[in-house]
Amino acid sequence: MTQAEQERRFLDKIDREIKIEPNDWMPDEYRQTLIRQISQHAHSEIVGMLPEGNWITRAPNLRRKAVLLAKVQDEAGHGLYLYSATETLGADREQLMDDMHSGKAKYSSIFNYPALTWADIGTIGWLVDGAAIMNQVALCRTSYGPYARAMVKICKEESFHQRQGYESLMKLCNGTPQQKAMAQDAMNRFWWPALMMFGPSDAESTHSDQSIKWKIKRFTNDELRQSFVDATVSQAEILGLTIPDPNLKWNEERGHYDFSEINWEEFWQVVKGNGPCNKERIAARLKAKQEGLWVREAANAFAKKRAMKKSA
Amino acid sequence: MQDQALFEYVLRLADDSLILGQRLGEWCGHGPILEEDIALTNISLDLIGQAISLYDLASELEGAGKNHDQLAYLRFENEYKNVLLVEQPNGDFAMTILRQFFFDAFRLPLYEALMQSPVAQLAAIAAKSVKETRYHLKHTSEWVIRMGDGTDESHERAQAAIDHLWRYTSELFFEDNIDEQLQERQLVPSLKGIQANWMETVKAVLSEATLTIPTNNWKFEGGRQGRHSEHMGYILADLQYMQRAYPNMEW
Amino acid sequence: MSTTQWPLWEVFIRSKQGLNHKHVGSLRAPDATLALENARDVYTRRSEGISIWVVESANIHATDIDDADSFFEPSDTKIYRHPTFYEVPDGVKHM
Ligand SMILES: [Fe+2]
Ligand SMILES: [Fe+2]
Ligand SMILES: [Fe+2]
Repeated sequence: MTQAEQERRFLDKIDREIKIEPNDWMPDEYRQTLIRQISQHAHSEIVGMLPEGNWITRAPNLRRKAVLLAKVQDEAGHGLYLYSATETLGADREQLMDDMHSGKAKYSSIFNYPALTWADIGTIGWLVDGAAIMNQVALCRTSYGPYARAMVKICKEESFHQRQGYESLMKLCNGTPQQKAMAQDAMNRFWWPALMMFGPSDAESTHSDQSIKWKIKRFTNDELRQSFVDATVSQAEILGLTIPDPNLKWNEERGHYDFSEINWEEFWQVVKGNGPCNKERIAARLKAKQEGLWVREAANAFAKKRAMKKSA
Repeated sequence: MQDQALFEYVLRLADDSLILGQRLGEWCGHGPILEEDIALTNISLDLIGQAISLYDLASELEGAGKNHDQLAYLRFENEYKNVLLVEQPNGDFAMTILRQFFFDAFRLPLYEALMQSPVAQLAAIAAKSVKETRYHLKHTSEWVIRMGDGTDESHERAQAAIDHLWRYTSELFFEDNIDEQLQERQLVPSLKGIQANWMETVKAVLSEATLTIPTNNWKFEGGRQGRHSEHMGYILADLQYMQRAYPNMEW
Repeated sequence: MSTTQWPLWEVFIRSKQGLNHKHVGSLRAPDATLALENARDVYTRRSEGISIWVVESANIHATDIDDADSFFEPSDTKIYRHPTFYEVPDGVKHM
């Protein structure tokens, strides 16, 4: 079959909503785009463990401690499912992680912001996992089979993440004035970074067009961001929290909420490594990798020894 | 208080679980590989779950109307009765796994025996926890063997962890009049039998791992009486931070 | 650079008695024992299974995508293998 024929077949499958599977022919650029996007997503899950993980030892009661442990553990699982999906495309987990450590590969910028108070944990669950879910639900129908299947599994697990965050904030918002203020402070710090999670505006986004055509992405960054704002406003109202945007208001004509322009300079600065915690996050992941090196070597050496014994 | 001795006994079990669970929680996000990160968190979650059940029972026995969180979070350092072993720092992966292995090898036969206790709630907690603990012991044993019989470096690290932690292991079998009293009433097992069982497990696994048991049997004790190592204060500073900084609030 | 990477394993889980093991994903593990334990922690945290199989990914043999036509299309035309191919009068029971 000629390259052109294969390409036509591939596009035909995409048109007819037939999933692309690992051994199917695919354009090289499709493969590279997927590896880039899925690994970036995987890195986000793993780096995302750090800000929340930093509160595990300080969780205010045993139930919250267990919930937080289970939640952060899930994120490790998500990272693992996603790395596995990249490996069906011929990528290698360790290599991908090295690319993140070197700064070549990115992860979601939100995790470069610090988790300073206990209210941040609830807020991350509500807003950050909430924004992630908005993205992930859309990706359950992505054109690449293993990615879509990983997303379905992840979405099932994610549903408790947002709820536990919201429930935790509910406690604060119905608690003492001090607790309520803590929640509002977290909201003030996380609102804009949460909106930035959807990435650059459609006008600026370099990869969007092709990804939409290939049905890797099903909605644009701005569409998802708008859905998130629309969904979140009433949730904030129920908590009694104020969204830190004086221009936020319902637009009857559009049927959506209007909101202020994002501070794109901050966005790009954080992407480029100048967020409050970029260095710490990478340093923590690199440390885990390096300190795990001898452990992984030991297990390999043991497996080899046992295999030799068996065959001897 | 109806039964001071039983209360103290359950509290000791609960504190062991809590402090070890707390320590393992520090690994979350920092494990040597994702798969093992998840495994360590699972053990931590089991231990926190056990602690909750045990504190519930303790608070029932105390009858002072405290919930499990008040017991877990609002005591002073010398009121925590966990053994020194569980409060020792995570160190490297070898230190964490060996600490866990020594503990699991003790907890498994203890829970097995406690399943027969006439204290129904304690027997029920033991019956649930014994399954979790059997898995923990299997997993940590696998790793002790892989580290011991892996590379030179892993062997050295595992042996160093054993040499360091050995001093804390005898306290697992510490007995005082609380134990004696409860044993006389046939509510709990003697730790002598548990110790023999523990030694058997340790010998078998270390020997398969080509690791050796230290000859110096000098003991470090005090945890069971509330005399801890310097590490304990820092553990509690983290653990209790929210409850101390924001007293009487619900989270 | 990737000298310490563990081999890849495919994980199959029986979700309940009476059902087949089903492929759920993959993971990395140094050997079969730890692959099973890792699979338990990674893929059955929410009571998803009662039995696990692991197979090293390198040991899986798959049909070639280029052979798909010759492998699978010939059976498409053999519709007489399906019960719906046959007509049975309305009154006939238990068939
Ligand atoms: Fe996430
Ligand atoms: Fe996630
Ligand atoms: Fe999540």
